[in-house]
Amino acid sequence: MAGHKTIEEIEEEIVEEFSLFDSWDEKYEYIIDLGKKLPDLEDRYKLDENKVKGCQSTVWLTAEYRDGLVYFKADSNSVIVKGLISMLIRALSGHEPDEILGARLGFLERIGMMTHLAQTRSNGLLAMVRQMKNFSLAYKIKKHEYGRDEGKSN
Amino acid sequence: MIKEAPIRENYEIDRIRGEFPILRREVKGKPLIYFDNAATTQKPQQVIDALTGYYTGYNANIHRGIHTLAEEATAAFEHTRDAVQAFIGAASREEIIFTKGTTEGINLVAYTWGRQNIKAGDEIIISAMEHHSNIVPWQVLCEEKGAALKVIPINEKGELLFEEYLKLLGPRTKMVSVVHVSNALGTINPVREIIDAAHKAGAVTLIDGAQSAAHLDINVRDLDCDFFAFSAHKLYGPTGTGVLYGKKELLDSMPVFQGGGEMIKEVSFEKTTYNQLPYKYEAGTPNIADTIAFKAALDFIKQVGKEQIRKHEETLLAYATAQLQEIKGLRIIGEARKKTSLISFVIDKTHPQDLGILLDNRGIAVRTGHHCTQPLMDIFGIPGTTRASFAAYNTRAEIDELAAGLQKAIKLLS
Repeated sequence: MAGHKTIEEIEEEIVEEFSLFDSWDEKYEYIIDLGKKLPDLEDRYKLDENKVKGCQSTVWLTAEYRDGLVYFKADSNSVIVKGLISMLIRALSGHEPDEILGARLGFLERIGMMTHLAQTRSNGLLAMVRQMKNFSLAYKIKKHEYGRDEGKSN
Repeated sequence: MIKEAPIRENYEIDRIRGEFPILRREVKGKPLIYFDNAATTQKPQQVIDALTGYYTGYNANIHRGIHTLAEEATAAFEHTRDAVQAFIGAASREEIIFTKGTTEGINLVAYTWGRQNIKAGDEIIISAMEHHSNIVPWQVLCEEKGAALKVIPINEKGELLFEEYLKLLGPRTKMVSVVHVSNALGTINPVREIIDAAHKAGAVTLIDGAQSAAHLDINVRDLDCDFFAFSAHKLYGPTGTGVLYGKKELLDSMPVFQGGGEMIKEVSFEKTTYNQLPYKYEAGTPNIADTIAFKAALDFIKQVGKEQIRKHEETLLAYATAQLQEIKGLRIIGEARKKTSLISFVIDKTHPQDLGILLDNRGIAVRTGHHCTQPLMDIFGIPGTTRASFAAYNTRAEIDELAAGLQKAIKLLS
């Protein structure tokens, strides 16, 4: 992951990439392509407890905490949703809990995703963001409680 | 390619489309193609005019007012009742109860007739293809009373197994409540035979007509159903108003549903006597505007001709079925011999939601998901389908666009 870049810088990159597309056909083609490229989640993670509620399709999301940074893995049976998750992972994975918690993710609005998706679907997208932030908050609390060294070994 | 079906004569599709202003709008830069009619139909100008006409011309509360506006509003409201009576062939206007819609109609029966008549050990029969609205009210009642819910199974085509239904009927059967037309499959159920058999077993019957009222000729006296519930918004009318038909003797004998204004005759703190039918079940100020405009929708159907609409929709269904069957990997869910103009389908290795998003991007509105029939989806072993449902204003050219849109979506997604 782009460890040296901030979330905002990555968001900026995504916005720039999307500005190259003339039509939503192209945007969807790109998102679908991202969805296809995101590795499938191993079956052992596809548990009910990892399901994100609020999505019409099934979304599994899991996180891990290594060396003070949060890493996400996710999957969906909808390839478009998987493409959207791929963008979220690109922006958020490999950052510190605080940075993830503070991320405003304005890129979703700027690439037109929030207005283009029907309300129910953008709710699902927000549910994913919320779940990613929940993981980060949990790691942050853990780090605070057990100290830095403990946090590294999750 | 599919052979073009002959264009129906006497069906002025351009004029009909012209009456629906929403069909002139664009979605995502493309002309709107509206195939979500089983969820709700679009409204013709005369319905919209009736709504604004009421609010601009004679808005008033009905039935008790002495002034002109109240009289005009009451007359218009009651005209809808007469129109509904004629529309479904009810014996009297007192048998027409206005509700919020089908769901409220079913709940009304479950809460009133159900609480009066269902006892521990009794059985209520529904079918495997019910909308949640015709499952949950009965489940609640069964839980409360210690009664049992029995489910008529279906075959792989999505047709009820009539022999199995007959086996379920027995001395404990008190209610048979089935859907006339499945919202997820399009199956037209043999409700007349279902009702006859139920009556022979001494059971009362309710028909969920949410999906049938717009497409089939309804005559409640021919059907001999005890209750029939449907919604205005699925037959070109406004949302938030619908009808519960009930046989007069049943409606008379049932306890009241909600208490309040309109439904009373006299109130004292000691005792309240209830108003006569149909007002007994219409507590509070009703949905006056939408109910008045509902008549304009019934007029629209009458002007075009229900038979004409049905034939047009049959043509569309046959055309769409043929077109969609050409698509590799597409499987139609619900292949009953008798269907209304609705196609549910799944496509190999594609999620219905992805299809829905990509079709929306081409201005095509379809429904994706479980269609509020989760038990039915479980039977087919699928989480949901994509559903295209047709109405009076749809065209074969639009179906061509759907087929092309699906082909493009499949190419992108696979």
